[in-house]
Amino acid sequence: MSPTTPAPIFDVDGLLRSPDTRIIVCCGSGGVGKTTTAAAMALRAAEMGRRVVVLTIDPARRLAQSMGLNHLDNTPRAVPDIAGDGSLDAMMLDMKRTFDELVETHSDPERAAQVLENPFYQALSSSFAGTQEYMAMEKLGQLQRESEAEDLWDLIVVDTPPSRSALDFLDAPQRLGSFLDGKFIRILTGPAKGAGRGLGRVVGAGLGLAAGAVKKVLGTELLVDVSTFVQALDSIFGGFRQRADETYRILQQPGTAFVVVAAPEPDAVREATYFVDRLTEEHMPLAGLVLNRMTLPPGHGLSAEEALVAADRLEKSGEHLETAAMLRLHADSMRSSARQNHVADRFTAAHPEVAQGVVPALADDVHDMEGLREVGDLLAEDLPRTG
Amino acid sequence: MASDLWPGVRLHIVTGKGGTGKTTVASALALALATGGNRVLLMEVEGRQGIAQLFDVPPLPYDETRVAVAPDRGEVIAQAVDAEAAVLEYLRMFYNIKRGGTALKKIGAIDFATTIAPGLRDVLMTGKTGESVRRRENGQPVWDAVVMDAPPTGRITRFLNVNSEVGSLTRVGPIKNQADSVMRVIRSPETMVHLVTLLEEMPVQETVDGITELRESELPVGSIFINMQQPEELSDDQLSRDVPVSAAQLSSGLEAAGLPAAEPLVQALEEEGVGHAVRVRLQRRERERLESLGVPIVGLPLLDGVDLGGLYELAETIVAQAPR
Ligand SMILES: Nc1ncnc2c1ncn2[C@@H]1O[C@H](COP(=O)(O)OP(=O)(O)OP(=O)(O)O)[C@@H](O)[C@H]1O
Ligand SMILES: Nc1ncnc2c1ncn2[C@@H]1O[C@H](COP(=O)(O)OP(=O)(O)OP(=O)(O)O)[C@@H](O)[C@H]1O
Ligand SMILES: [Mg+2]
Ligand SMILES: [Mg+2]
Repeated sequence: MSPTTPAPIFDVDGLLRSPDTRIIVCCGSGGVGKTTTAAAMALRAAEMGRRVVVLTIDPARRLAQSMGLNHLDNTPRAVPDIAGDGSLDAMMLDMKRTFDELVETHSDPERAAQVLENPFYQALSSSFAGTQEYMAMEKLGQLQRESEAEDLWDLIVVDTPPSRSALDFLDAPQRLGSFLDGKFIRILTGPAKGAGRGLGRVVGAGLGLAAGAVKKVLGTELLVDVSTFVQALDSIFGGFRQRADETYRILQQPGTAFVVVAAPEPDAVREATYFVDRLTEEHMPLAGLVLNRMTLPPGHGLSAEEALVAADRLEKSGEHLETAAMLRLHADSMRSSARQNHVADRFTAAHPEVAQGVVPALADDVHDMEGLREVGDLLAEDLPRTG
Repeated sequence: MASDLWPGVRLHIVTGKGGTGKTTVASALALALATGGNRVLLMEVEGRQGIAQLFDVPPLPYDETRVAVAPDRGEVIAQAVDAEAAVLEYLRMFYNIKRGGTALKKIGAIDFATTIAPGLRDVLMTGKTGESVRRRENGQPVWDAVVMDAPPTGRITRFLNVNSEVGSLTRVGPIKNQADSVMRVIRSPETMVHLVTLLEEMPVQETVDGITELRESELPVGSIFINMQQPEELSDDQLSRDVPVSAAQLSSGLEAAGLPAAEPLVQALEEEGVGHAVRVRLQRRERERLESLGVPIVGLPLLDGVDLGGLYELAETIVAQAPR
């Protein structure tokens, strides 16, 4: 089922160089190479002479160290040894700090302290589903505002959290936002605002019963925490949902480019396909798909079958065993390459219009600036993924 | 009858970094434990229907469904514990609420309970698991073993500990009682938490951190499953060289095999050898870090795509290496 026409080539350098590209968002399912790709593209753009900031999320320890980052950095700092006239600033998202700062900047110290101490807030800011995505978007919004106000950067590159589905990055902030602004919270918080509203007022067969059940199941203490929290927040800034919507709009601006990263495995490619569908629906600008960690066929014609026959022959003769071992390795990579291409072709069939770039699987992991440069070079190189 | 793998253990909790193979390993482990005639329950708690896809069956309902037979009349029964269904079942069981469910759904309470309320979702998931482990019929446990395809390492300690935290949220009532009995199961010698990892820096680091956390919380650490191991095709001596197999060796080898020893082929094979050596050194380095943890290790090979056949192959590998 190989598609008749190959996908267009992802012109990475064109994207990175263009002054019109202001934000690049790297998305993809867990472990596919989002952080690596984001850092590699940011470095490459910086070494083309642009002023770049990269927002990374949970980078591998060694990679973070080599970029001069440590765990305490929730603000951009300069990465040393950038070639050329450009610059690269890097930061690591600290979701709790970002949330705390959001509360602190929008309220007087007393109110802020009240929120920060609230047990529900503490759970929400450190571990809830969607908080990391929400804070990543929040941070992106902050970086963009700062950059515009002070003319700091030409390009902002963002990595996204290691969620299982790339769609979480788009959905989680609004889900969390609507929940926090939602009907259920209003019902919970109702009673504290005065008699006659909220739970007490909710009649009708099911609802009264339901509200009672909620109280019973969750325990009243939790409800009190939630309700105090929401009231405190309400007065701090108008609506979580609204805030999420505002940052969401940044993603629809023409200067934004999404780069979808996928490993050449069925799950990752399926996720990438869903994600691209969604970007199209939301009118969000997609620059291309990066197929990361592909096994590329070497540029000569020895097939897997021929290699195995030859390896067999050598093994039977009991000589040249080291060559036999290399022939077996070769057969394995030919097979992986064929299987991965087949998987990648499914994406091409679903989205023939989307440009594709390829990064081969490197023998070593990518843990320093040299590794990032290599990934950048390979990504820009237009490597053919079939033999 | 109990399995003779991991003797005495009836609840196997499988965690690991996202994408390292938790679902695959949990499924293969269930098959391995079922080998020899056992009935094993395989539970999915993250609502992704990964197990159904793997066993190539339709999406699992909330009810227990047989998905595979194991050698010597064993069987694997799978169940996807959907949080929403668990909440409704819970309300029915403990509060005798039957009609309220729909209304709760309408106002967003179920969403709240399943995705946002601190730990409530986890309470339900672990509660359901604890109940399955304890369930008995005619004086016998219904399941010889229960395997849980669990949340990733970053969340596992919190997930398993949720029941002890619940104590501080709700001081009395049925939730508290259930929480206590779940904690008794999880902390008993009948339970083990296994960690799946790849031989790469990040997943190994997560495994190291995860084990530290589990130990600090006095949760029982089981085995480490090293997944997707690449075979080592080179001797120690070859590995110690920059170029493990030289162009000269390859040229004469290819000739002996009756292949034309053309320059591009020789060069490509030489490079494949260099790359393989780098990967093997990386694997060994990471493996040493894991070995220093003093936890039994089970190694699983990298397959060329995982299908049902591959799953049985992994199960056999587990049977051969499991502690007994
Ligand atoms: N092309 C490549 N060749 C070899 N190793 C790679 C390649 N790309 C990424 N890696 C390695 O794979 C691992 C995962 O990459 P990375 O952290 O970028 O993924 P991610 O998508 O950000 O993961 P998460 O979802 O956990 O955040 C890292 O150890 C990285 O060094
Ligand atoms: N031993 C193996 N050999 C080859 N491929 C494997 C192996 N184990 C798992 N895989 C593949 O790796 C991918 C991830 O596996 P799996 O879904 O089991 O991981 P997971 O940890 O459950 O992921 P998630 O965190 O998304 O739930 C799948 O495509 C699976 O087929
Ligand atoms: Mg990452
Ligand atoms: Mg899984």
